[in-house]
Amino acid sequence: MAQESCSSSVGIVQPSDYLFEEELPLDCGRSLKGVVIRYETYGKLSPEADNAVLVEHALSGDAHLAGYHSPEDKKPGWWDDMVGPGKPFDTNKLFIVCSNIIGGCSGSTGPRSIDPDTGRRYDMDFPIITIADMVRAQERLMRHLGIKKWFCVAGGSMGGMLALQWGVSYPEAVNGTIAIATTARVSSQGISFNWVSREAIMNDQHWLDGNYEEQPQRGLATARMLAHITYLSDESMNHKFGRALQESPASNYEFAFSKDFRIESYLAHQGSKFVERFDANSYLYITRAIDYFDLSDCADGNLAGALKRVETPFLIVSFSSDWLFPAYQSKELVRALLDNGNDVTYCNIQSSYGHDAFLLETESLGSLISSYLTNLPWEPPE
Amino acid sequence: MNVKFNNNEIQLQRSDLAAIRDMIPEGAHILDLGCGSGRLLYALKTLKHAKVMGVEHDQQKILECAARGIPVIHASLDAALTDFRDDTYDYVILSRTIQSVQRPDIILNEMLRIGNRGIVSYMNFGHINARIQMLFGHMPVNRNLPLPWYNTPTIRPGTASDFKDLCKTLKIKICREIPLTNEGDYLRRLAVLWPNLFASNSIFVISK
Repeated sequence: MAQESCSSSVGIVQPSDYLFEEELPLDCGRSLKGVVIRYETYGKLSPEADNAVLVEHALSGDAHLAGYHSPEDKKPGWWDDMVGPGKPFDTNKLFIVCSNIIGGCSGSTGPRSIDPDTGRRYDMDFPIITIADMVRAQERLMRHLGIKKWFCVAGGSMGGMLALQWGVSYPEAVNGTIAIATTARVSSQGISFNWVSREAIMNDQHWLDGNYEEQPQRGLATARMLAHITYLSDESMNHKFGRALQESPASNYEFAFSKDFRIESYLAHQGSKFVERFDANSYLYITRAIDYFDLSDCADGNLAGALKRVETPFLIVSFSSDWLFPAYQSKELVRALLDNGNDVTYCNIQSSYGHDAFLLETESLGSLISSYLTNLPWEPPE
Repeated sequence: MNVKFNNNEIQLQRSDLAAIRDMIPEGAHILDLGCGSGRLLYALKTLKHAKVMGVEHDQQKILECAARGIPVIHASLDAALTDFRDDTYDYVILSRTIQSVQRPDIILNEMLRIGNRGIVSYMNFGHINARIQMLFGHMPVNRNLPLPWYNTPTIRPGTASDFKDLCKTLKIKICREIPLTNEGDYLRRLAVLWPNLFASNSIFVISK
């Protein structure tokens, strides 16, 4: 088993940085200078540049999609199950690109980067960015890599929003779209979770209006715990934890506010692990970008109108127990695409894993992705 | 995982599907409601260069459609078909599915809202074998209707004549009727003369 997973791994990979000097205009009216984009690639770009696939990461993801950075790494990239030789994103055939979004904290320019104008960290002077801004930065990376058109742009959760935005922003540069466990417009419930997450961070006394040297650990951990609940489902939590107590064999309640239940210590663990790898200010900026995401904005709220110029086939996948971006939101997208006459394949995969299913239901999701990519015709760029 | 399909794929075993395939013109826009694993649509796409789309509620079958490169929407036919706009398809197909939905009358109207013509493949409970079984006091279980009453998906049993009556009530025109029989059925020649008694399955082409 171990050997098998080794042989289908992309192996050791190195991230690259692309710095572009040309100013990047933003939706908010401001612009960014000296933007760096951290990215990784897997597989080989064909001489015709007709096999490039852009995979978009979710809120807390990064450019490290698959493989290992060093032989000592314990964990592979975040979607290693899906990307590699013979895997659904087959690196024997495809050239896969994954880049850290701007606003992030894993190598690309974000609120903790140095503002070239002042020589100091941006922190809260970083401009508010949108999903479309993130895509605008990626379009520069695409050109830098010698690619005129992506064979496909794919992503789950916030990554799905980026994938959808790509088609709307640059219809001529997208040949196919895979949008998983996502939405074309973030709902009131989605905005609510983000608001509470940001409140937790900004009310942490260590946040210091964003000028912290040490992370506002409590606030960021609380934000993550809340978000983590939205990634699970009632069913998966019951299945995994039930009312099990921490002490084993479980004897009694502590009659205190310490961590009695296993789910409590699990959440606390998720929170503290997150603080080690993610930045609080980035969390604020990225969740705001998610709040502002409504693909139909550019067509006065008409989703089909917004997608009018996107003529490519789509693969849309939702998960039955996802309550962060429930299936009805994918169906809304499907309806708009049918209105436009696009070829659409839509599957609401039966799963108890909640929103996280997009990382866990690798068999059925992998089969859909693999089939979609195998059958996707290539329309060369004009 | 990357299933490649060979030419055998376009051979359709079921006689009703083969008959439907033969009546579809080149390049037509086809919607197949309850498309299963997409065999018919694959044949129409390959042989008739049709622009095809399927609707299916079974996840495993959706994966099979996707493997064939057939676009398919995961939906129940009992839910509204409002995802589909008026007059967007040349043909809307409902093969051996109309008797498995809650409201066959609603779906017939929906078919002709979405498409110019409808093609319905209908299992005939008026077939002589079924009638004989009924005469002995039992719901039919035979080659065409293999499952017993309590777990058959055919929740709306009816005869070919019942279907025609329904069309009359709904003011739907039957443009064509093709009675079908099984291979080796010794009464098959009679099906043309008396379809409601001798056809195991009938195909109806309908329009408004």
